[in-house]
Amino acid sequence: MIRSLPCSPLYKNGYRLYILLFYIFLIMPLITICVLAFNDSNFIALPWNGFSLDWFFANSDERLGLFYDEGLLLSIWVSLQTGFFVALSSTTIGTVAALLFEEEEFKFKGFLYFLALAPLVIPGVVLGISILLSSTFAGTYIEETFGIDVEFLRPSFWLVVIGQFSFGATYGMLLVGARLKKFDRALAEAGQSLRATRLEVIRLITIPFLRPAIIGAFVVTFLISFSNFNTTIFLVGSDPTLPVDLYSRIKFSSTPVLNAISFLIVVFISLSAMISFAINFRKKQ
Amino acid sequence: MKKRSSTFYLLMVPVLLWLVMLIVIPHLDLFFKSFRFENDDGLVVFSLNNYLAFFQDKIYWLTFVKTAIYSIGVTILAFVVTFPVAFYLTKIISKKYSSFMVLLLLIPIWIGELVTIYGWMILLGDRGVINNFLIKIGVIDTPIVMLYNNFSMTIGLLYMSMLFMIIPMMSALESLDDSLIEAASDLGASKWTIFRQIIIPYTTPGIASGGIIVFMLVIGDYVAPNILGGKSALWFTEQIYNEFLATFNWNEGAAFGFLLLLLSSGIIWLALRLTGQKLEKVGS
Repeated sequence: MIRSLPCSPLYKNGYRLYILLFYIFLIMPLITICVLAFNDSNFIALPWNGFSLDWFFANSDERLGLFYDEGLLLSIWVSLQTGFFVALSSTTIGTVAALLFEEEEFKFKGFLYFLALAPLVIPGVVLGISILLSSTFAGTYIEETFGIDVEFLRPSFWLVVIGQFSFGATYGMLLVGARLKKFDRALAEAGQSLRATRLEVIRLITIPFLRPAIIGAFVVTFLISFSNFNTTIFLVGSDPTLPVDLYSRIKFSSTPVLNAISFLIVVFISLSAMISFAINFRKKQ
Repeated sequence: MKKRSSTFYLLMVPVLLWLVMLIVIPHLDLFFKSFRFENDDGLVVFSLNNYLAFFQDKIYWLTFVKTAIYSIGVTILAFVVTFPVAFYLTKIISKKYSSFMVLLLLIPIWIGELVTIYGWMILLGDRGVINNFLIKIGVIDTPIVMLYNNFSMTIGLLYMSMLFMIIPMMSALESLDDSLIEAASDLGASKWTIFRQIIIPYTTPGIASGGIIVFMLVIGDYVAPNILGGKSALWFTEQIYNEFLATFNWNEGAAFGFLLLLLSSGIIWLALRLTGQKLEKVGS
């Protein structure tokens, strides 16, 4: 049953087979996309018509490759920018919130912490429509009263950033908070007895200690933002993010260029995962 | 009253702004808008019409009930499918390989739902990989319809959510001391008894937090039901989406959104009560 206990070969092999099937189930859609990205065909699925790089590099009337598809390249760029701003704001506020909830005592702390965790149990769609409703309301109100048109309150690039930040900060807080729990309070006390102010202790002792978690939170919130669809769809303005663009192409105009972009995402993510794995592995040795 | 340092306010103000402006006010707004209704004279009045519309139109509440049942079902399915894997990776396979196999589990998560669901669309289609393969080896003559029904939708929902369950279950299993299992085995307990009496009680916190994450992802998902489910497999988020982006009936959409929020928090509250867990624990 476990490593140290003997068990029948049937049980052992059956278990192995199940794990193998599970991993096949896991990897099958990814392999399919990657292979079909190189299919010399105008349709996204089979049959296989031979190898071709057209869906990356072609620029003809019939086939528009990924690197010439300006709409797709633009949406990748929008997503990268969105991801950067979401990661930056979520990590900052997440760290601040982690410091607040771990180190300070105040009234209604439990209730505020509950609110900070709420985005985990609010469906993304609901978060999207609530922010859309209230920002539209605020925008109309400001325009009618003061005659100022506030652009970021209408569906736009910045409203997407705000919407993704609203739950990204929760993830930032949890990731940084997990490391802050392991922080040795004696270090902060030593700093304070050497007459550092509270802010100096945070800046010079706590933040450097938290650095790995802060970097991790930045990466995670970036990836969450980069792949978010459910909240983004309600807040997106004239320039779509990559998932929104992919969605409308899948629904209305699917060409194998979708396989090509998916291939790039799969390769990029897998390589980054392998590299971070290798670095961790060498650190441990 | 104790005097607060300025640092406290420096930490407090941004957090309060985040929570009040982006969590509290939008959801209160959602709640109030759900009672707004434009009557025949074009006036906006307070009314329950948006909720009445939900109960009067069969398709709405049937979809609502279906979404609830399927979400619970997919969560249970995710547990059944992934628990053996979590157990294998923590207790059976040698430590040398397990970290690499865990890494493989994370890759589909980071690739993102849209790409993986798209992959399933290609796999399951009439001219997809699975049908092609089955025809080639001679099992079937004509393609089986696998796409655009509840089956494909369930596959998609399971695929995009189940991996989020493995990680919390693994961390719970990791802290389970092997000697407990060995002792039970020495005392003659069967595998099933060990599983039911030791492993499950011990990993309940991990199962609960993993289950809640999966449930939330599934009930609030739009991509898998829409791309893989098509017209014959409706999902409640699709109704909300239509109210907002197709028919522009935002007030009714707000009512639907609020109902979805009630449903999901109700079920999670119940699950937490039944398993004796706290939301604060789920977060960690």
